[in-house]
Amino acid sequence: MEVKELERVAAQIRRDVVRMVYEAQSGHPGGALGATDILVALYFAHMRHNPSTFSAAGLGEDVFILSNGHICAAWYAVLARRGYFPMAELSTFRRIDSRLQGHPATKEGLPGVRVATGSLGQGLSVGIGIALGKKLTRDPYKVYVMIGDGEANEGQIWEAALFASHHRVDNLIVIMDRNYKQIDGDTREVLNTDPMEDKWKAFGWEVVSLKEPHHFPSILETLQEATARCEKGKPVIIIAYTTMGKGVDFMENDHRWHGKPPNSHEYERALRQLPCTLADY
Amino acid sequence: MRVRFVDTGSKDTRSGFGVGLLEAAQKNPKIVALAADLASSVKMDAFAQKFPERFFQCGVAEANMIGVAAGLATMGFIPFVGTFANFATGRVYDQVRQSICYSGKNVKIAASHAGLTLGEDGATHQMLEDIGLMRGLPGMTVVCPCDYNQTRLATLAAAEWEGPVYLRFGRPVMPNFTPTEDPSFKIGKVQVLLEGKEGVIFATGHMVWQALQASYMLEEQGVSVAVVNVHTLKPIDVEGIVEWLERTNVVVTAEEHQIYNGLGDIISYVATSYCPRYVVRVAVKDTFGESGKPHELMEKYGLTASHIASAVKYAIERKK
Repeated sequence: MEVKELERVAAQIRRDVVRMVYEAQSGHPGGALGATDILVALYFAHMRHNPSTFSAAGLGEDVFILSNGHICAAWYAVLARRGYFPMAELSTFRRIDSRLQGHPATKEGLPGVRVATGSLGQGLSVGIGIALGKKLTRDPYKVYVMIGDGEANEGQIWEAALFASHHRVDNLIVIMDRNYKQIDGDTREVLNTDPMEDKWKAFGWEVVSLKEPHHFPSILETLQEATARCEKGKPVIIIAYTTMGKGVDFMENDHRWHGKPPNSHEYERALRQLPCTLADY
Repeated sequence: MRVRFVDTGSKDTRSGFGVGLLEAAQKNPKIVALAADLASSVKMDAFAQKFPERFFQCGVAEANMIGVAAGLATMGFIPFVGTFANFATGRVYDQVRQSICYSGKNVKIAASHAGLTLGEDGATHQMLEDIGLMRGLPGMTVVCPCDYNQTRLATLAAAEWEGPVYLRFGRPVMPNFTPTEDPSFKIGKVQVLLEGKEGVIFATGHMVWQALQASYMLEEQGVSVAVVNVHTLKPIDVEGIVEWLERTNVVVTAEEHQIYNGLGDIISYVATSYCPRYVVRVAVKDTFGESGKPHELMEKYGLTASHIASAVKYAIERKK
């Protein structure tokens, strides 16, 4: 897909996210808006996958796991617009009897989701297990796992980092949504994880920086670079310096938008900044 | 004429797991195994040697191990994760809950060194709350076999069971008294080992042998008490339990677990729901254990045949 078209999709996904969270009057808009461009690049340009034949095992295709499950509004919108399930279902987000749970789940059978995430730190380990499974079955496709930077407070992330390096899980690309924000504030104030890149290097990972994570040519180039570094004995991580709340000026870089919906006034203000580029769900 | 169970050669239940795992893996190439720096203690080393490409050493990092297992299960493999009961449950409860049970992953959690009989390492390692933790999880099957032979069979059965299984067994050498092949062993069904007219002892794990000895002791005193092996603590065999509750109102439970949330609660749940009975519990009485030899601990914390026999007598007295 052309960059112009990716931009149109991303703009619409952002609008979807704000509408979903507003209509549900709950959810996590900040991180979802910040990760939108990367998710769009993965699902609409980079990953090799087939929405119409989705299976949990994901044999013969690239697999994506959203470990920071709370930003699922953006992921759901991407999955729906990429054809995994009907777009109309986005209106059921966080409502009773929906497949679109507040955090991703498999129980209701939503296509695209392979494991429940939400309690942080767990999705990376699962992604590593899938990557090992791909090696055991000689499946040459890759596993992509998105994690949050606040999520890196969890000890399990570092257990997983040790394990993937030790076992040379080199068919794995982790993308860290590094927006320096978590619920209680700036990551450097809540629990400092700097220097982030050095930590992963010290754990034996290939580290790639994505300085412009809202610019599609940069995202795609970085994803290609990360892919090129695979299969060389090391797991790969992209540290993506995203802007939380990207696209809605009053949400940008404000940790208070981690997990609250806009009120009606804020909603109108947000929608004025988010043009309808495709069609609303 | 009542069966006389004899010890055909004491062995540890964890070795039954090791043998069962190897056998299951020889039959089914989908079986993989993960260890957290306790592969030899949990008896996974034979598997690791035979199938190195299907064995994953995770180091002392149990949370990640559970997640990696969930990922392998996503790919259609049948992972057995092995560690001590404490680290297989309490330490990773949230991982078992979200990545395995809620996600519906076919992972088998093999938990060794459960209970007081872990012995000298003391209370930090003596897991006595695990049955409660695991049976509270939707979709989890909980199995606690009674001896070496049954642990082997339970491992084979777990490999074929669809869905997550918590398989609980222990460290020390204990009497081995069930047959090598045992068609009466089925996950989800109680096993009637001894018939009896005046009462019933429901027992699980290491306490089944103690319950048999208690029944024989009572027999010498002219009291006939049945012994039912509740090796599957979830799903509960309601029908099999109610059948015995209907026959008698002398009901005793015996388990190497806290008095709360284990077999005593399970039998009480069935009794209060289907067939009201008093239930007398033999279990660890809401306390932590301590260092000591397994038999010393069982004696001190009230988990021997004579404690069970006393509980039966108490139940008979209360009935009068």
